[in-house]
Parts: sequence; structure tokens; C-alpha cells
Amino acid sequence: MNWSHFFAMGGYAVYVWSSYGLAVLILILNLYLPLARRKTVQRRLREFLRLKEQTR
Amino acid sequence: MHKYASPKFFYTLAGQLTPWLAALTAVLLLAGLYFGLFVAPPDYQQGESYRIMFIHVPAAWMSMFVYMLMAGAGAVALVWNIKLAEMFAACCAPIGASFTFLALVTGSLWGKPMWGAWWAWDARLTSELILFFLYIGYMALQASIDDPRRAARASAILALVGVVNIPVIHFSVQWWNTLHQPASVTRMGAPTIAPIMLVPLLLMALAFTVYFFTVVLMRMRNEILERERHTGWVAEILESEP
Amino acid sequence: MPNLIKTVAFLFRRDLTVALRRSTDILTPLVFFVIVVSLFPLGLGAEPTVLRTVAPGVIWVAALLATMLSLNRLFANDYADGTLEQMALAPYPLTLLVFTKVAAHWALTGLPLVLISPLLAVQMNLPDSAIGTLVLSLLLGTPVLSLLGAVGAALTLGLRGGGVLVSLLVLPLYTPVLIFGAGAVSGVVTGLDIEAQFSLLGAFLALAVTFAPWAAAAALRVSLD
Repeated sequence: MNWSHFFAMGGYAVYVWSSYGLAVLILILNLYLPLARRKTVQRRLREFLRLKEQTR
Repeated sequence: MHKYASPKFFYTLAGQLTPWLAALTAVLLLAGLYFGLFVAPPDYQQGESYRIMFIHVPAAWMSMFVYMLMAGAGAVALVWNIKLAEMFAACCAPIGASFTFLALVTGSLWGKPMWGAWWAWDARLTSELILFFLYIGYMALQASIDDPRRAARASAILALVGVVNIPVIHFSVQWWNTLHQPASVTRMGAPTIAPIMLVPLLLMALAFTVYFFTVVLMRMRNEILERERHTGWVAEILESEP
Repeated sequence: MPNLIKTVAFLFRRDLTVALRRSTDILTPLVFFVIVVSLFPLGLGAEPTVLRTVAPGVIWVAALLATMLSLNRLFANDYADGTLEQMALAPYPLTLLVFTKVAAHWALTGLPLVLISPLLAVQMNLPDSAIGTLVLSLLLGTPVLSLLGAVGAALTLGLRGGGVLVSLLVLPLYTPVLIFGAGAVSGVVTGLDIEAQFSLLGAFLALAVTFAPWAAAAALRVSLD
């Protein structure tokens, strides 16, 4: 397996690897965003419930 | 039917499914990448650059597929008033928009070595661009309406109007393209597909689809927690989890 | 349904009268149309062949934008004073009432664009033979713009940032009308057969008249709830 050949992608390295790189980025981003949001949602809802308890 | 429409049931089910779907996505992705980058031979005409197709085409398929799902869920929400359908539609949009964006950029990257220009108003890319605008409009409308019920119903109408217009737009752009496209720009298409090239294409399409369901379920769980925050079961969950 | 025809006629006349009282609402899109088209020679240079080539697209895009500008007055006033809610509760089909309002709106917004377009055609150096095609294409196209725009206006009723938001929603939907409307005019300039373009514009109009008022009425009910 000639790795330098592989990475060169017949001269189209920039185009091919940018495409695959962007794809990976987008997949990671769309995975990360709901996970991060989950933490925020949990935090805010705990606060909301705490206040609800207090004002009962 | 009622059990499945219950947010609480769905929340638990989604939580159980997500890890499995994520694992399946990883397997499919690795298989697709392996076949696409290592097994499929270079194309006679386009050399190695055609490999972008394994990202671009599945992304474009997903952009359309997700929009259809979004519109379908909207219709269900409008007709039967099912909250889960409302939430599903809302969660679809950013993912669909991401796929559309990916299709556009990879389309441009694929086109540059072939046409010598970063953007050449190819019929399919132009339709994809308009689809991107439709997604943005949908998300903007959702974001502008505070009441979640009005937001869901208004977006559902918008998505349905969009879905009806998409074939019209495709057809119009095709026609426009045949009239205005200089002869030197050939239609960006797959190379003469050798069967071996279909394998990574379908694997990547499948991988993206399973990925979509993984991520949409994750988003829906957040949405459910927020919209059901007044219920007892949500309070229990928030207390029990760290 | 007591006196449906009388009610529709009354609504049409009323909308015209109310709009004519606030004549700036009507004149602004028209003046905008003229100004935008006039900007292009300033931006592109006055080379006659260039202007002739871009004229169909420029005039059509300007018409799109001018229509967009006028959309918020379609429902905003009636929404503000509660008339719209009354209309939704009235024993008449809301679809028909919406259609009537859009018709009145087009008569004062779209039709003036159609009528002033020959002037702009001359300004952009379009040949005289193309002026008829331009007018006809706008005549068929602007009602579609108003009808589709009505759906957008209904969806964004009362929202902050409503004006720009409507543009975002509706402009992508306008692209087929733009393609065939401008295409008809550039076709006639280059001497091509333009029957297809007009068939399609006619088809768009028929579809829009059939479905848009219904969709807009549904959207109004969602916004009013």
C-alpha cells in the first residue's frame, strides 16, 4: 500500500480530502450538538423544577 | 397507537435505540470508506477525484429524504395533532440543512477540477442550493415563533408548500440549465458506474441514513424533556440522572 | 351563507378603497420597482447590448422584490384591528375571502408593475417586439407572486422581523416563475419559440389560484389561534 500515492489522490488531494474532511466535521458536529444541548436542557430544567418547588 | 404517540414511551425507546444505531452507523461508515477509498479503482476519465461522489451523492439523497420526512411529519402533526410528529419535524431541519450544505460544498469541490470553476450553476447543484434556502426559511420561521404549537403548525404548512414546489423547481432549473449552460460544461454525473463503485455508494447512503436516525432521536429526547417539563416523569428522570 | 357574492364584492371594493386612501402603500413598491431597474445601468454601464441581455432578468427580479415589499400590507392592517379574526369566524369560506383580498392586493400592486413595465423595457433597451411579451409574462406571473406571497404573509402574521422573514420563505418558491417569465422575454429577444414558457406560466397561475388561497387560509387559522 503506497501511502504517499493514496494521500496524493492522483493530484486531486485538496478536493478529495476537503470533501471527506468536511463530511467528518459535519457528522461530528451533528453528533456533538445534541449532546451539549442535553446538558444545558438538564441544567435549565433542574433550575426550573427547583423554583417550582420553592414557590409551591 | 397511543402508546407509541406517548412522549414518555418514545423517550425511553429512543434512549435504548441510540447506542445501537450509533454502533451500526460506525460499522457502515467504516465499510463504506474502506470500499470507497481502497477497493474501488480510479475512474478512467476522472481519476481519483470521482471518489468525492461517495460523499456528495449520499449527502444529496439525504437532503431530499430528510425534507420529505420533515414534510410528512408536518402533515401528520397538522392532521392528527401528534406532538411527537411536531417534534420530529423540528429536529429534522438542522440535520437536513447540514446534508444539503455538505452536498453543495462537495459538489463544488468535485466540479472545480472538472470545470475549472468553483461554481458553475449546474442544474442539480442549483436545485440543491434552492433546497438549502428552503431549509433556512423553515428554520427561520420556527425560530421566530415563540409558541411551540403555532411554530410547529406554521412550519408544517411551509414544509408542505415546499414539498409540492420541489418538483416544479427541479423541472424549471433543468429547463433553465439546458438553455443557458455553455456546451463546455458537461453534466456532472457519476462516471460509468462499475458495479464495484455501487457498493461504497450504497454503503455510505445507508450509513448516512442510520446516522440521521441516531442523531434525530438524540435531538428528540432533548425536545421531549423540554416540552414535557411539567410532567412528573420528567421530574423523576432529572432527579435520578447525575 | 347569506349573500356570498355581495360579501365578496364588498370585501374587494373595501380593500381597494382602504388601500387607495393610504396611497403611499401602493406607490412605494412601484417606485421601488422603477428605481431598482434604473440602478442596473448605473452599476453595469450603459452599453446597449449588455442592457438588452440582462433586461429580462433584471426587470423580473425587480418585480419579485417589489412584490415582496408590498406583502405585509396584505393582512397586517386587518390583523391589527381585529377584522381578520372576524373574517375567520364569519360564515363564509375563508379561502374565498383570502382570494378576494389577494385579488384586490394584486390590482393595486402587481397590475401597476405590469403597466409600467414598457417604460422600463425602453430604459433597458429591449426591442419593441419584446415589450408585448414582457407585459404578458408579468401579467401571468405577478398574480402568482401575490398568491404565493399571501401564504408567506399568512404564516408570518404578527411576527417580529416579518418583512425580511417573508422574503426568506417565499423567494425560493418564486424561482420557477422567474425562470419562465424572464425566459419568455429573453427567448423572444433571441428569436426562439416561447410557447413552452407561456404554457408553464399559465399552468403556474392555474395551480396557484387553485391551491394558494386554501394554503393561505390554513396558515391564517394557524396564526390566529
